Amino acid sequence: MQPTNDQRLWMYRQMVTSRHLEERIETLYMEGKTPVFNMAKGPIPGEMHLSNGQEPCAVGVCAHLNAEDIVVATHRPHHIAVAKGVDLNAMVAEIFGKATGLSGGRGGHMHLFDAAVNFSCSGIIGESLGPAAGAALSRKMQGKPGVAVAFLGEGAANQGVFHEALNLAAVWKLPVVFVIEDNAWGISVAKQASTAVPRNDVRASGYNMPGVHVADNDVEGVFAAAGTAIARARDGQGPTLIEIETSRLAGHFMGDGEDYRPEGEKAGLQSRDPIPRYRQQLLEAGLLDEAADTRLVGEAHERVEAAIRFAQESDFLPPEAALETVFV
Amino acid sequence: MNTATGSRKLTIARAMAEATAQEMRQDPTVFVMGEDVGPLGGVFGNTRGLYDEFGAERIRDTPISETAFIGAAVGAASDGMRPIVELMFVDFFGVCMDAIYNMMAKNTYFSGGKVKVPMVLMTSTGGGYSDGGQHSQCLYGTFAHLPGMKVVVPSNAYDAKGLMTAAIRDDNPVVFMYHKSLQGMGWLGTEKGATVATPEEPYTVEIGKAAVVKEGRDLTLVSLGAGVHHCLRAAKALGEEGVDVEVVDLRSLVPLDRETVRASVAKTGRLIVVDEDYHSYGVSGEIIASVAEHDPACLKAAPRRVAYPDIPIPFAPTMEQWALPNADKIVDAFHQMMTQ
Ligand SMILES: Cc1ncc(C[n+]2csc(CCOP(=O)(O)OP(=O)(O)O)c2C)c(N)n1
Repeated sequence: MQPTNDQRLWMYRQMVTSRHLEERIETLYMEGKTPVFNMAKGPIPGEMHLSNGQEPCAVGVCAHLNAEDIVVATHRPHHIAVAKGVDLNAMVAEIFGKATGLSGGRGGHMHLFDAAVNFSCSGIIGESLGPAAGAALSRKMQGKPGVAVAFLGEGAANQGVFHEALNLAAVWKLPVVFVIEDNAWGISVAKQASTAVPRNDVRASGYNMPGVHVADNDVEGVFAAAGTAIARARDGQGPTLIEIETSRLAGHFMGDGEDYRPEGEKAGLQSRDPIPRYRQQLLEAGLLDEAADTRLVGEAHERVEAAIRFAQESDFLPPEAALETVFV
Repeated sequence: MNTATGSRKLTIARAMAEATAQEMRQDPTVFVMGEDVGPLGGVFGNTRGLYDEFGAERIRDTPISETAFIGAAVGAASDGMRPIVELMFVDFFGVCMDAIYNMMAKNTYFSGGKVKVPMVLMTSTGGGYSDGGQHSQCLYGTFAHLPGMKVVVPSNAYDAKGLMTAAIRDDNPVVFMYHKSLQGMGWLGTEKGATVATPEEPYTVEIGKAAVVKEGRDLTLVSLGAGVHHCLRAAKALGEEGVDVEVVDLRSLVPLDRETVRASVAKTGRLIVVDEDYHSYGVSGEIIASVAEHDPACLKAAPRRVAYPDIPIPFAPTMEQWALPNADKIVDAFHQMMTQ
């Protein structure tokens, strides 16, 4: 399955938007945290898991989804939220904990919920699979269109729920796709040290569903694999498992010393940064020239800058609002 | 109470690692399992240095499979080993609680005392640094409520080392709950009062014994973990108003040292319990009940609690800080008690 030219440009634009957002968050996050790094300080306190390098997974999948389709993401959710069309202003405001944020600042960066585009995420490893399967079940029971996609890291494929959810989705033939973003690391633990199989897509055969592997963080490879899987799900043929070989260009979270990485790994990954690679591909295909690229990048950056200004200019809710919305 | 004689100060993280290393040197059955406990030394520093000394066989990085490796600790413990296993954040207990409360905590009883489960489950607690509602909880009451496992919560490095050594040597399962703000990891901000003089030689702090960390005649403050430091600050502030405050550090939740609490309240007649865990159905209610059901007449005023409201923990620092217990709230609670 090949993307149309419009889809290609859409994917590139989303990747550029997401990356610029992460780069800006990285800078803003460090405000107030130097010279002594203290997670509680600055305009964006708490843990921060950046998605730099993993953009192909988000855009290649979300290119096939509409607002009505469901996505459940992880503790590293920004690229997926951007690609799913989560309201950027409200998302950034949530990351800043502001009143205008998706949940008024109650959730924070690991707990982004945008019902308008059926997006949610969770900070507990492996917990995207159950809710995605359940949303798929709901669509099936209600006879409503739509598929569900669960994103997870390769580390999450060793959680019990991974195996339970795959079996459940297969035995009930649910319209759901499970997408593993294999960035080779679960915090400091390498995939090969924690996982009995070199590739998780082979685990699909244990649950009688197709397992697909996408090598080399390839945007259009993801697009093709996801396209087939999502079409299959829409057609009532049940779930698919996809594992994407991607790269985490940042630390596990901000403040990570990354001493566990082998010498030279980071530089190697950076030289294969998927965004310049895809840009080159589009230039060579004649879909983009330097001027068009500059314009596209400029627009994407301005969208992010506007969202950041919106967040910065917003107020916090009054503290007592903490007591609200526990129940509806 | 800090009875250390030397002057070497340790953080709680280092104290935990030192106790573990000392027990591992003299007992080959002790080993450690958990996420990122190996070369990284634990996200919260409490296994730092162990991998270099003991290697991958005894300091085992696990897959992200808490159900399996905590269950495995139960099996290994019943088979002659003394595992120390880490649940990185207590908030993650949701994925693996069965291994903890239905097996670790019950196998000894089900076997009529014949099966021992000598393991330590260490886990981090607490918020205050805007990590959101799945990475900031305390859940002390949740664990202490379930019979069959001891539960300890140190407030300083001296107690942490002694409780860790006692926990490893105990023939029963012990849940060792350490508060992130006390670990002495700079990136989490650090409660200075937790880093105290800690002897180098191995020693134990008895599990099930509270400590009176400050004596006083007018008011008893009871707390645990980070709450103890809020109490000490409140005691200082109230002291300036001429109120003589006694502070009890529970140190253990199971067994619970009700005697020390009752003796203190019998003396002061006033009780405030400070708990960063949720307000309802938890430690604060249990402490007040322990006094009230024993001798309500000793109370000169209705007891009070300064605890976390019954809401998920919000991310925004403005909301989270507003909801957390602190010294000012304790002082206010005392003033309200006196104007009642
Ligand atoms: C149940 C559970 N266990 C442990 C953690 C702590 N933790 C957060 S991220 C992470 C690594 C996850 O690795 P992976 O799934 O590969 O995702 P990545 O971080 O690489 O994106 C761990 C262990 C958690 N959040 N939830």
